[in-house]
Amino acid sequence: MKHLIDIKDLSTDEINHLIVVAQDIIKNKERYSKKCEGKKIATLFYEPSTRTRLSFEAAMYELGGNVLGFSSSSSSSVSKGESVSDTVKVISGYADIIVIRHPKEGAPLVASMKSDVPVINAGDGGHNHPTQTLTELLTIQCEKHRLTDLTIGICGDLKFGRTVHSLIAAMARYKNIKFVLISPKELEIPDYIRKDILEKNNIEYYETNNLEKFMPNLDILYMTRVQRERFFNEEDYIRLKDSYILDKTKLENAKDDLCIMHPLPRVNEISVEVDDDERACYFKQAKYGKYIRMALILDLLGIK
Amino acid sequence: MNIDSIENGYVIDHIKAGKSFEIYNYLNLDKLDTSVAIIKNARSNKANKKDIIKISDNMNINLEILGYLDKNITINKIENGKIIEKYHPDLPEKLVNIIKCKNPRCITSIEQELPHICELTDKENAVYRCKYCEEKVQREGF
Repeated sequence: MKHLIDIKDLSTDEINHLIVVAQDIIKNKERYSKKCEGKKIATLFYEPSTRTRLSFEAAMYELGGNVLGFSSSSSSSVSKGESVSDTVKVISGYADIIVIRHPKEGAPLVASMKSDVPVINAGDGGHNHPTQTLTELLTIQCEKHRLTDLTIGICGDLKFGRTVHSLIAAMARYKNIKFVLISPKELEIPDYIRKDILEKNNIEYYETNNLEKFMPNLDILYMTRVQRERFFNEEDYIRLKDSYILDKTKLENAKDDLCIMHPLPRVNEISVEVDDDERACYFKQAKYGKYIRMALILDLLGIK
Repeated sequence: MNIDSIENGYVIDHIKAGKSFEIYNYLNLDKLDTSVAIIKNARSNKANKKDIIKISDNMNINLEILGYLDKNITINKIENGKIIEKYHPDLPEKLVNIIKCKNPRCITSIEQELPHICELTDKENAVYRCKYCEEKVQREGF
């Protein structure tokens, strides 16, 4: 049985296939509206999430399927002390596919080991969030019409940002990708990303704390939020949270076809004045998330 | 002191002096009903002192863990009184309930019944990572 726990579970061909299907769904929504009739998706969200959960639910509804689940630990049997393994064994008798978000790293893997139906990881702490990465890839493909020959700027929290690590790992598969990694010293990418992905694959990359300097070179600018929940120390969070704020002035020297992305939610790292700029793709990106999840659900359920 | 040579079984040699009991426990040798001899502080040309374990009449023991505990150990496989294989054990690909993941964000930190599984991800540098959270785990070999 197929699950999606880590983006590494997918080959490049499988990723490309999901992107092709998602693009076909965008063009021919009606053709897909009954594909999951009679199927149920269970959304097991052990921590709050708005976009990811609603995106999965919307994806299933648009495929003609149904949704059941819970949206916080307090409203589930977890509050009675039930383990992930037990919950999943029970739920896999009720649903055809399970989506799980859990604050503890590795919980979705445990779920996949116990489940009788496909399991999708919708985020496990700071570890993996593969459908977000698929969302970024679909966005890049739709907006830039290619996944090769790109200079990608990634700005903000590169240390704790799981979406950043997965994006680097996923884009490293494609040809002629360059990264510009923009962050304060304290939030630089972890050494294992530098060594195990960038250097191992001979990928050109620059590390800098100067966003403006590299702006004219970028095809994509991926902004991230400095996340309060990843810090053990509130003082460090307050000191670093406003390190980079993207506004119109900073975009003056950017390319006309720059694609500005953000996994959302945004706090203040992208000024609202940028929202009306044609280059702002982050709300479209959230929409693409639904389509790639539709493609993934179909794939894991074996529906063509 | 005389310990008879064995006809069939294993001689685990060049164990760091004083560590044979730990190895005895790791290999669950207390569960065997065949003869097992532990020789402590035997003379060694290489290290002055060493421990040796001899396991008689049992050819089905999983000795993989020895590669993780101490790569200097030598395993002698004996059949009909002759050494048919002599080797240093390799690092095992997977360790189950040998090392505990200490990452407080790992699912194993709250679900006690889960087996602690670590996988060898970098053989050259002997790096093991937790199967669940992928954190590097601290080696606890000798």
